[in-house]
Amino acid sequence: MLNIIVEISKYLILIIMLLYTLESFWVFRYEEDYDQRYVLRNQLLLIIFLDFTAFLVIFLQTEELKVLYIFGTLILYLVIVQALYRVFYKTSSILLLNHMCMLLSVGFIMLARLDPDSGLRQMAIAVAATVLAMVIPVMIRKMYFLKKLTWLYAVVGFLMLLVVLVVGSNVNGAKININIGSFTFQPSEFVKIIFVFFVASRLYKKSATFRDHVITTAVAAAYVLVLVLSRDLGSAVVFFITYVVMLYVATKKPVYLLAGLGSGCGAAVIAYFLFSHVRQRVVAWSDPFSVWETSGYQILQGLFAIGAGGWFGVGLCKGSPELIPFVQQDYMFAAICEELGSLFAICMILVCMSMFLLVVNISLRIKKRFYKLIALGLGTEYAFQVFLTIGGVSKFIPMTGITLPLVSYGGSSVLATIIMLAIIQGLYILREDEDEEFERQKEKI
Amino acid sequence: MRNLNGKKKKYEKQLRKEEALQKKKQKKAKRRKNREYTIVSYFFVLIFVSLIGYMAYFNIWERDAITSSPYNSRQNQAEDRIVRGSILSSDGQALAYTQVDDQGNETRIYPYGNMFAHVVGYEANGRNGLESLANSSLMSTHHEYVDRLKNEILELKNPGDNVVTTLNTRLQEVAYNALGGYNGAVVVMDPKTGAVLASVSKPDFDPNTVEANWDSLVNDSTNSSLLNRATQGAYPPGSIFKIVTALTYLREHGTLDDFSYNCTGSITQEGHTIPCIYGEVHGQVDFTTAFAESCNTAFVQMGLDLGADAIQETAEDLLFNQELPISLDYRKSTIDLKESEGIPFLMQSSIGQGTTLVSPMHMAMIVSAIANGGELMEPYYIDHVENDAGDVVKTTSPSTYKELMSESEAETLKNLMAEVVNSGTGTQLSGESYSAAGKTGSAEYEGSDGSIQTHSWFVGFSNVEDPDLVVAVIAEGAGTGSKVALPIAHEIFNAYYYG
Repeated sequence: MLNIIVEISKYLILIIMLLYTLESFWVFRYEEDYDQRYVLRNQLLLIIFLDFTAFLVIFLQTEELKVLYIFGTLILYLVIVQALYRVFYKTSSILLLNHMCMLLSVGFIMLARLDPDSGLRQMAIAVAATVLAMVIPVMIRKMYFLKKLTWLYAVVGFLMLLVVLVVGSNVNGAKININIGSFTFQPSEFVKIIFVFFVASRLYKKSATFRDHVITTAVAAAYVLVLVLSRDLGSAVVFFITYVVMLYVATKKPVYLLAGLGSGCGAAVIAYFLFSHVRQRVVAWSDPFSVWETSGYQILQGLFAIGAGGWFGVGLCKGSPELIPFVQQDYMFAAICEELGSLFAICMILVCMSMFLLVVNISLRIKKRFYKLIALGLGTEYAFQVFLTIGGVSKFIPMTGITLPLVSYGGSSVLATIIMLAIIQGLYILREDEDEEFERQKEKI
Repeated sequence: MRNLNGKKKKYEKQLRKEEALQKKKQKKAKRRKNREYTIVSYFFVLIFVSLIGYMAYFNIWERDAITSSPYNSRQNQAEDRIVRGSILSSDGQALAYTQVDDQGNETRIYPYGNMFAHVVGYEANGRNGLESLANSSLMSTHHEYVDRLKNEILELKNPGDNVVTTLNTRLQEVAYNALGGYNGAVVVMDPKTGAVLASVSKPDFDPNTVEANWDSLVNDSTNSSLLNRATQGAYPPGSIFKIVTALTYLREHGTLDDFSYNCTGSITQEGHTIPCIYGEVHGQVDFTTAFAESCNTAFVQMGLDLGADAIQETAEDLLFNQELPISLDYRKSTIDLKESEGIPFLMQSSIGQGTTLVSPMHMAMIVSAIANGGELMEPYYIDHVENDAGDVVKTTSPSTYKELMSESEAETLKNLMAEVVNSGTGTQLSGESYSAAGKTGSAEYEGSDGSIQTHSWFVGFSNVEDPDLVVAVIAEGAGTGSKVALPIAHEIFNAYYYG
């Protein structure tokens, strides 16, 4: 009987996800505010329905009480966050909020299934992060001096990365974390935000000269270099791409884009010959069977998982994603493919894409250049991180070892991503304020 | 009034037009202003879409190959839900099946024991042969839907799909018995489809007891009986390599008619002498006679004239040093002729001695191409997969792998091989109701005791006009080709045509 429930739930979950994804793109077709709100409310219901189905199936099979705790807190969390935003930040982007809730939900479903203990830990962090992030939109509105702290950002961010390089703990050859007491802290997740603030504060002035750009580029290059030395290749690539995109949009000079991408390819080739750990990743990607015992093991286990799942997945708790080393941190995507299916995973990719386009759209509509660039930078970081992790896990590109924002297990990652989204919400609200102001002024005239 | 109305309408129309034009202009300006955003958005949409495209590609094209990897321990989980399917011969006999007793204990049974050991393989301490190749099919089920669902709900096992091979028990049995006590291998193929009809390798083992005897089998390095010599064997080709030398000559000269050589029984260059077998003196020979009589001296002279590079090139066209389209574990055939290695080495290599090594399967493939107008069909072992009720799940359709030589080249080689049977070293095959063609080989090698021994080779095909069967036989250390290998092929042809 249980088998049949799991089997049915598999398709039900997929249908819910399909509907949600469709509505993510459909919502833009409605001109009327009323219709949009209806769709957005509908999405929230779908998220809750999805959680209910998935957690029920997991609980029936594991009979683990912690699964129910996670489910209870998650639903409470969803309802409260949505209510708070709708009450206090009436003009915030509810679609962005929905996407955050959806991706968090998928993450918690998989964590409850893989390891309820880490699910509970992640829940505590997500709740704390959200409480913290509630004040961010207000801060954005009040703190006019944010764009003047250029060199503070540069120094703080750089020092944080340097600390990791020097005293960071070694995990699988890469220095990514710092241990403080019993807490593990991943500074690069927060430096990502600081970095965007730095770059935006350097580039937002239209008066910036070529010399200014050279200095900014040098600082950005120093960041990337430190990350490469710490062997945090994923973050290095994310920082790099983000900088190139921001520079291009700020200066509107395609030559920067081409030069940036060109030198990036050049740097990748040099890194390949210079660093054995880069070569190792490339070998594990091009022929994982040849290094089955070492670096190919994880990637092959991931592929076996994706293959086992097929289009529709094997159903929650029916697969064996635990065979993949570090599945909760690095290989969440493979676990999702195995148990919920590739179609579900594709929907998730589309939701991530929708999230990115939404952020770009917000950036486009903001008038103040500093804020515009921040929104764009954060959006770019998010999108490229998604691409790197999913592409790496599915062996589309070499593995860089980076988390899937909001879905993977990792306190720093969740905290930083929620803060990131709160900043974007703050900017969105600011933009709405600008519009209102504009309307008022127009009326006066 | 009407006039006024009309005017008003006209005016409004114009106004609307202007408005639309202005809007368009604005839009254009806006677009120009936001060009960077558009480019960035498109770039990221592109990478997301390519991710999705890759996911689809993976699921459609790569998935089977990945999941059926022997490294994949996930396959074992299907064992809780599915009773492994059977492997059947093309004539409907079970080559491997799973027996379930009252307690639900499963035993894999191989009714033919040693006879199909290498090609069917085993399922114990890892998998091998077809047990490995067809694993994902054997562990999938297309059992009737309602009953399958019922079993799933009741948590009963469903029967896995059966794999129907191209192997024929009659031909396999004849080949197995004909090879007798010799170590070696026999491959029988259909040149028109690439279907492998029989594949024997000796020494062999009993797959029913492979788990119990595992340690002794693995540690037995003198016999290495787990090795499938048909695909993984590495033998000096000896005179059957003259097929390659002949093709090289044909390609360099465009014809064989201009060839003439006076065989005096041996040839000496730089102090190295190669005699004809049994010290025979063939006298004045043309190409056809040289090939039919397997005249070593003529082919050595030919090799010296052609040069190492030309022979190497032809060999590589025939898939030496290349990956082969064989779905079981195999060994690449190797050839390494260099001018710098000197004259004696080239003399040796021209007649298939030296360092050149081939597998029987590869030789069968080359002969298949000759028999099939130059086209090599991709060899296959699995004809189709069916569910437990016999409904077909998927079928292998024969496909061309590569054109190894032109049709006229194939025709010329075919005639050479036919003459071997008519008047040369293979006359034992003549006088049957079917016609045959082939090439014998006697490959010398140094035995474990240091003495010079001879592998007995034969490669050939039957029904020359419209070939039915290709056979490759090697009997290790058995003597000349016509003495042992050829009679084995003869028995196989007889079994095929006379039953």
